[in-house]
Amino acid sequence: MKTPQGIPLEYYLWLSAALFTIGVLGVLYRRNAIIIFMCIELMLNAVNLLLVAFSNYYNDASGQVFVFFIMAVAAAEVAVGLAILIMMYRNTKTTDINTLDRLKW
Amino acid sequence: MTLNLFYFLSFFGVICALLVVFSRNAVHSVLYLILTFFAIAGHYILLNAQFLAAVHVIVYAGAIMVLFLYVIMLLNLNQEAEPHKSTVLKFAAAISAGLLLTVFVGSLKGTELMAQQQGPATNVGLVKSLGRLLFTEYLLPFEISSVLLLAAMVGAVMLGKSEQNTDTR
Repeated sequence: MKTPQGIPLEYYLWLSAALFTIGVLGVLYRRNAIIIFMCIELMLNAVNLLLVAFSNYYNDASGQVFVFFIMAVAAAEVAVGLAILIMMYRNTKTTDINTLDRLKW
Repeated sequence: MTLNLFYFLSFFGVICALLVVFSRNAVHSVLYLILTFFAIAGHYILLNAQFLAAVHVIVYAGAIMVLFLYVIMLLNLNQEAEPHKSTVLKFAAAISAGLLLTVFVGSLKGTELMAQQQGPATNVGLVKSLGRLLFTEYLLPFEISSVLLLAAMVGAVMLGKSEQNTDTR
């Protein structure tokens, strides 16, 4: 169960799980919308790392192509998300997500 | 040697990721996230995915994080304006994340990897092989992603445009 470089594949599983959990922790822990957005990027990267690790393990380049597409989608997502964030700031003068609670019941 | 490098990059990445969450200043968070991304790029190089490592550094550290820094600068966020959750909610967040990690560990610990034979060691991560795959098998998704990027660009401009301009138009 080792990658061709001699690192056990499980180690990448643990690392990705840790990074993903840190991302989730950040989303739950912080109230600043920009930090939450950054933590979502962190979660995306944890998944990317695992995809590359498995692609390397099975010698299949498809996983790396998927990572390439995920990066393209992440770039688009960041551009639109930050635009929404700026619009939100223009209306509420804050990036605190607790001001946006009208959908809460 | 490779294993030591893996340990170093992993600990560096995880510590920087934790600092992203726990640092008070938003600019510091962005800088730590850039360091995390560099650690992940190091992992890609360790995994023999040189093309993705280069793209990762260019796209994430070069473009996305600059965009984040730019927005923080534009919104002029400082430490006093930084909102904080109550201690109870912070504890709840930490406990939830810990439970998620427990679920991950519990579900991954007993699993056996699918016994698929490893193919012959080829350079799948190089530009040549990835480019060939991208422009043959994945040509349609590649073209669609260009449309996606165009749509995102138009959407970002539409959303970012100030209200006064739309009124005077």
